[in-house]
Amino acid sequence: MSDIVEKDLLTVSDLKIHFPIYKGLFRKKVGDVKAVDGVSFAIQRGETLGLVGESGCGKSTTGRAVLRLYDPTAGSVVFENRDIAALSDSEMRVTRPRMQMIFQDPQACLNPRMTVGSIVAEPLIEHTKLSSEDRKAKVRELLDAVGLNPDFVNRYPHEFSGGQRQRIGIARALALDPDFIVCDEPIAALDVSIQAQVVNLLEDLQRERGLTFLFISHDLSMVRHIADRVAVMYLGKIVELASVSKLYSNPQHPYTQALLSAVPVADPKIEEKRQRVILKGDVPSPSNPPEGCVFCTRCPIAEKKCFTVPPEWRELKPDQFVACHLA
Amino acid sequence: MVVKQLRNSSNAEKAHVVQTDNSDNVLDVRDLQTVFETQDGTVHAVNNISFSLKSGELLGVVGESGSGKSVSMMSLLKLLPMPPAKILSGEVIFEGHDLLQASEDELRSLRGGDIGFIFQDPMTSLNPVFTVGFQLMEPLRIHMGMNKKQAQIRAVELLELVGIPSAGDRLKDFPHQFSGGMRQRVMIAIALACDPKVLIADEPTTALDVTVQAQIIELVKGLREKLGMAIVWITHDLGVVAGIADRVAVMYGGQIVEYADVDRLYEDPRHPYTRALLKTLPADEGLRMERLVSIPGQAPNLKGPLIACPFAPRCEDVHERCWSANPPLFEVGSGQKSACWLEADEKAGAA
Repeated sequence: MSDIVEKDLLTVSDLKIHFPIYKGLFRKKVGDVKAVDGVSFAIQRGETLGLVGESGCGKSTTGRAVLRLYDPTAGSVVFENRDIAALSDSEMRVTRPRMQMIFQDPQACLNPRMTVGSIVAEPLIEHTKLSSEDRKAKVRELLDAVGLNPDFVNRYPHEFSGGQRQRIGIARALALDPDFIVCDEPIAALDVSIQAQVVNLLEDLQRERGLTFLFISHDLSMVRHIADRVAVMYLGKIVELASVSKLYSNPQHPYTQALLSAVPVADPKIEEKRQRVILKGDVPSPSNPPEGCVFCTRCPIAEKKCFTVPPEWRELKPDQFVACHLA
Repeated sequence: MVVKQLRNSSNAEKAHVVQTDNSDNVLDVRDLQTVFETQDGTVHAVNNISFSLKSGELLGVVGESGSGKSVSMMSLLKLLPMPPAKILSGEVIFEGHDLLQASEDELRSLRGGDIGFIFQDPMTSLNPVFTVGFQLMEPLRIHMGMNKKQAQIRAVELLELVGIPSAGDRLKDFPHQFSGGMRQRVMIAIALACDPKVLIADEPTTALDVTVQAQIIELVKGLREKLGMAIVWITHDLGVVAGIADRVAVMYGGQIVEYADVDRLYEDPRHPYTRALLKTLPADEGLRMERLVSIPGQAPNLKGPLIACPFAPRCEDVHERCWSANPPLFEVGSGQKSACWLEADEKAGAA
């Protein structure tokens, strides 16, 4: 904290998370679901890295592994020069307050039997030694910071709307003044008019508190707005990582191109003229990914090489990394 | 009393608007009003909505959750649990008959027959204990009177039509053996089974990934050209509507607040809600916006009849009149209608 020599707050190298599949009478291990299969990226202090991809591509698993909510099968997650994948439980407990998470479903991540005050106070009870008065004051301050009326402390989650519940989740994540927050689809469950409110709140908080975000989402237009750099995941691998301007104006990986062309634009004139890259088929099973490039089964431009040799992760242009033979 | 009169007069105006040209309409909905009688009082979910659907036309219905878009479409075929739901008034004219007056048997022969329905969530709307083939053949045997063999042949055709590979082998599969996009294709195949004249698609792509959504949209576009049915496409995504719809109805607070051709709506949105909604979207190209425009406040609570404009508490252009009465749909030219008192004032000003 004292020094800002190291630029990267978080460095993930070759992270793998495999979930074993057991079958048969003796629960013999027959294979692995390779949810995350060799992912590397770094997040600088104060920036927002967007992580996009379709459901099942491993983006949420990556987000959870970064907080060590899953133990990685291989690879390292270096948070402020310490590999959290190798920390002991007690060391991890001290590190946890620095990194928090905002969940997708604000309905499911709040205990319906706890008041808003006790939900937001819980991390403070666990991790700080504040007196009960100080704690109450802090809770009110947090609710105020996320735009909720502090007098609502004694209400229950069901008395709030979806957008307000998401604000409660954000207040809880902020309680311990973290440096790093993983936002796992924080706006996916909200209405369009409410999404903008929550995104604005996240950006304000980032500016005020110098937060670093890993913003996981499938909404490419919202990621374009909030992120500084974007990583595109497909079947457990990052296929492209670039700054927002480069990724959206000049996508290099065929999957990124297909993904961007599939996003509907709210303008009938543009929609009429657009040439869509329509992908055929479905995502292969992560327990049995293709041999070469993960995208080869659906890629519109795949060549022989793509089916046998996995593409190398290379920096094509400054700030634009891609894993494709043909880019 | 005053309120009631105002509402009646607005009804008359709306009814008048609809009757302009209904020669080739396959579906005519007038003044549909649906409420839910709950323990906490009556929830006015759908308030006097009117729209029509020409054959071959795709009507996009846009709105946020709770704006009444699904409930209004479910009301058409009385698919809602009654009670607590209750259709207070309205007419749904399909081929010269009022569906709201139809008997349960008549409705049953229409559902899945002449009027197809695609539901939002393909996982919960397919029965997990029956094979996909069985569920696909059921409407064919009931509505079209086919025998098992004929139905099987048609079922394979349908699955091929919606782009499911090796369709013949997949009839024996259960829904869980299909992926999300494939399941939605099966739902579409079931809805198309009996060559419907009207297809109602309730958020058919909301639960799907963008690339799969693009596949489904292309599929529906192609099927529309091939089969020429009229479609009502319910969604909350203004982008999806821009790509496929001919006309758009924007819903808010259980009523249609704007109704226009798709080009007009995006070029010249008249209702403050439509305008605000279009502004909340992040830019698709060019410079990143400094800050997203958000609509302050929350969707209205629909307990109790609407006695003011439901959007008034969140509206930028709100003025006194908005609080005193609910505006009817005003004609603003080239088939565009907007339910906003500003239109009335402008008209008065121009006159």
